[in-house]
Amino acid sequence: MSTETSFVTPATPLRAYASTADLAISPPSHREASDRARAVASPKDLRTEPAPVRFIIIALAVTFLTVFVVLPLVVVFASAFSKGISAYFSALAEPEALSAIRLTLLVAAISVALNLVFGVIAAWAIAKFEFRGKTFLITLIDLPFSVSPVISGLVFVLLFGAQGYWGTWLQANNIHILFAVPGIALATIFVTFPFVARSLIPLMQEQGTQEEEAATSLGASGLQTFFRVTLPNIKWGLLYGVLLCNARAMGEFGAVSVVSGHIRGETNTMPLLVEILYNEYQFVASFAIASLLAMLALITLVVKTVLEQRLDEGQTPRDDPRDH
Amino acid sequence: MTIEVKNIVKKFGAFAALDNVDLKVGKGELLALLGPSGSGKTTLLRIIAGLDWPDAGEVRIDGEDALGHGASERHVGFVFQHYALFRHMTVFENVAFGLRVQPRAIRRDEATIRARVKELLDLVQLDWLANRYPSQLSGGQRQRIALARALAIEPRILLLDEPFGALDAKVRKELRQWLRSLHNEIHVTSIFVTHDQEEALEVANRVVVMDKGRIEQIGSPGDVYDNPATAFVHGFIGESIVLPVEVTGGSVRLGGRTLNIAADGAASGASKLFVRRHDMQIGPAGTGSLEGAVRHVRSFGPIQRAEVALSGGEGKTVIEIDAPRDRELQAGEIIGLQPRRYRIFAVQE
Repeated sequence: MSTETSFVTPATPLRAYASTADLAISPPSHREASDRARAVASPKDLRTEPAPVRFIIIALAVTFLTVFVVLPLVVVFASAFSKGISAYFSALAEPEALSAIRLTLLVAAISVALNLVFGVIAAWAIAKFEFRGKTFLITLIDLPFSVSPVISGLVFVLLFGAQGYWGTWLQANNIHILFAVPGIALATIFVTFPFVARSLIPLMQEQGTQEEEAATSLGASGLQTFFRVTLPNIKWGLLYGVLLCNARAMGEFGAVSVVSGHIRGETNTMPLLVEILYNEYQFVASFAIASLLAMLALITLVVKTVLEQRLDEGQTPRDDPRDH
Repeated sequence: MTIEVKNIVKKFGAFAALDNVDLKVGKGELLALLGPSGSGKTTLLRIIAGLDWPDAGEVRIDGEDALGHGASERHVGFVFQHYALFRHMTVFENVAFGLRVQPRAIRRDEATIRARVKELLDLVQLDWLANRYPSQLSGGQRQRIALARALAIEPRILLLDEPFGALDAKVRKELRQWLRSLHNEIHVTSIFVTHDQEEALEVANRVVVMDKGRIEQIGSPGDVYDNPATAFVHGFIGESIVLPVEVTGGSVRLGGRTLNIAADGAASGASKLFVRRHDMQIGPAGTGSLEGAVRHVRSFGPIQRAEVALSGGEGKTVIEIDAPRDRELQAGEIIGLQPRRYRIFAVQE
């Protein structure tokens, strides 16, 4: 049994041999042969374009990104601070601004929490079970991505509005959904639903059900299996989904705009307030709020990059050369 | 502990994975389920474990109805082909898992759990890997950890699904012997699934040969090799020469020529003659029931393997025979062949 570790070594000398062989068979008189040897030894050469082409392509990409991404970002912060730092902070300290921030955080907290639960359940169902209509369910999960957010908002107006299907009943029972927090939360949940489910489905499908089956056969209950085996295995993917879900929940404009009613100091979220302030020529205040959203975006980007690395690490093939 | 499987039927759509399977496993047995892929052997194992449910039939473990309980309540150790170790836990925690998820009332204290895990890691001779993660182990090591993990819950029975299937030939051989001696040590009733006949014959006390969702034969390794019950078993276990013959009232004919062998009570009609490669007696041309020209000879170890083109009949039938090296065969030589031991099975419609 102890012989197993001895299998680790042979890989290195083999690799060294391959590279010296490349040198050995490339005398200048055999150009073709040496070309072939080089192509085999370093396939990188085949993929590389000539230097000027490389330069132009990279320059194009950088210019494009600068004009369309970096510049607007700079403008947001420049405008926010155009009247000085104190103007910036007093704009953020306005009751209307504070109320918008609070509402945005509240709605994001509700929708992320619910989508976390629903997303995990949906991904679990799709990845671990075979059932009729599975493809249909996957398509359905993607629906919020393919529908315009304004339409998503309108759907809720049609359902809960005064002239909507349940409007009369809701009014009779004094339940406020539209133009109130529940409506905004519902619209946000709808728009952000795919993020968690979508980031988990491929991960869970790849991991299969064997570890869960092993846990069950060892006597673990369903909940123990989920919390001790499934959840630790999907945690990075789950965080990734939650992060994107949160970013979208805080930044959502279209759907929320339709259902919010724009009641100042009550149902305005941060993106809505940005638009209102801008239309009232309060540029500093408008861009101050916008800068908060931009910072959220930057933080999201950084965390996302870190998470993606963790996910990659988690998915690198586990079968090393020693596997036998 | 005993296992009893009665009239199990399992269908996946129109495909019958298990077709009325009956099986009894005695206390302390080490049983092999042997068959080609798609023969239903893994499905049967998963049904016994509670990871799959039959459409009809009964499973009894120690006389007690098992189908009324889920996998988590059956106390069955299951070892998966691809190990299924918990990738985010150390080897130690993997083995401890079954002990840690026990209901609070019967869960042992931390010190007892640690001692038990240590004991199991010693048993599989891998105590020095306790703090590694599964991704840092070789395949053979992972498989032994998977076994230790399954044994941690003191299972009533142990089920192994292609336990050596993902390992390379050398490690597989070592682990086979190791599993045998482990079984001699702990004596837990075990069933393992394999498609490798050598593995089944070498490791198991009893072999169950399956094909197309049915059990073809149950017997000791010697039994299934020497006395195959069906044409499938004869063809699947060991290397056989198969010749299409016609049985008419006690005489056996091959391509219009009567062979000098008894029909052994085989029914009249189209049949197949099965002969082990080493059961063909070689003689000079003109002797024996069959005659053929040696086309090619390869010698290795104690035997020579010859390709022989049978003469007579319209088909150019080529067979491979194994002969001892005391009589060297030459390519081109005409030899006589007489089956020493053989079986005749009717061709099924």
